[in-house]
Amino acid sequence: MKTRVFVTLKNGVLDPQGKAIHHAIESLGFSGVNDVRAGRLFEIEHEPGLSATDIEAMCTKLLANMVIENFEIEQAA
Amino acid sequence: MRAAVIQFPGSNCDRDMAVAIRQITGADTRIMWHRETELPEKLDLIAIPGGFSYGDYLRSGAMAARSPIMQAVVATAHRGVPVLGVCNGFQILTEAGLLPGALMRNAGIRFVCRNVQLTVENSQSTFTNQYEAGQSIICPVAHHDGNYFADDETLNRLEGDGRIAFRYAEPVNGSARNIAGILNLSGNVLGMMPHPERMIEPLQGGSDGRRLFEGLIREIA
Repeated sequence: MKTRVFVTLKNGVLDPQGKAIHHAIESLGFSGVNDVRAGRLFEIEHEPGLSATDIEAMCTKLLANMVIENFEIEQAA
Repeated sequence: MRAAVIQFPGSNCDRDMAVAIRQITGADTRIMWHRETELPEKLDLIAIPGGFSYGDYLRSGAMAARSPIMQAVVATAHRGVPVLGVCNGFQILTEAGLLPGALMRNAGIRFVCRNVQLTVENSQSTFTNQYEAGQSIICPVAHHDGNYFADDETLNRLEGDGRIAFRYAEPVNGSARNIAGILNLSGNVLGMMPHPERMIEPLQGGSDGRRLFEGLIREIA
């Protein structure tokens, strides 16, 4: 089984990397992009029995820093 | 006096830190590998040195904060033993929950490596008692993730409790309120991005970092 975890910066937290990526996109000639925020994707392969509570605990204890980041959990096929 | 310097894979200031502690405080100083699970008894100081533990995987300090020895470090810190985290050590202390907030990528994206001017904000703490409040000191920084972030409530609490130990005299990395170093609530844990251990004799370009270690002798002896 596979679960995806998306970790993104909370609203209001400055994202210098996202800003730099935004500038790079513009310098490639793409227009119409208003903002870019960078995040992380984790793909976790696991046994079907692993509980949602455990996956959430992995997120709060390690994958995301709850001071600055949010996470979303998505069951993959 | 006994001190331990914790060494992680990727630490690179562990020797400098041990030399500074030994030379200035005379402490019996041991470098301890992160896989150990127990610290020596009757420890007077734990130092978490700078570097790039685990290659900064995931987030700076995130992996090191979960390594075996950190449980012992957290327990010892809660007993009131002084813990000093410098640079990557500061990042590790925030990731381990011993200090509030987080250290993010520098606002200017670039790695910053130069001497900076700091203002001593709190001269009463275990670590800063040999400085004067408002004193300007010069200390080197060398980091990519030194941009201190905490919510306004936390920042106000840090200010109100006198827990901001050092501030940058001018913006260096985008840190909230120019914070360079903070203390925990009981004052026995200090995290700072600048490197006092690299400023302990004129040969290094100055000795403003010396007083931090001298302060520890007074506090502990």
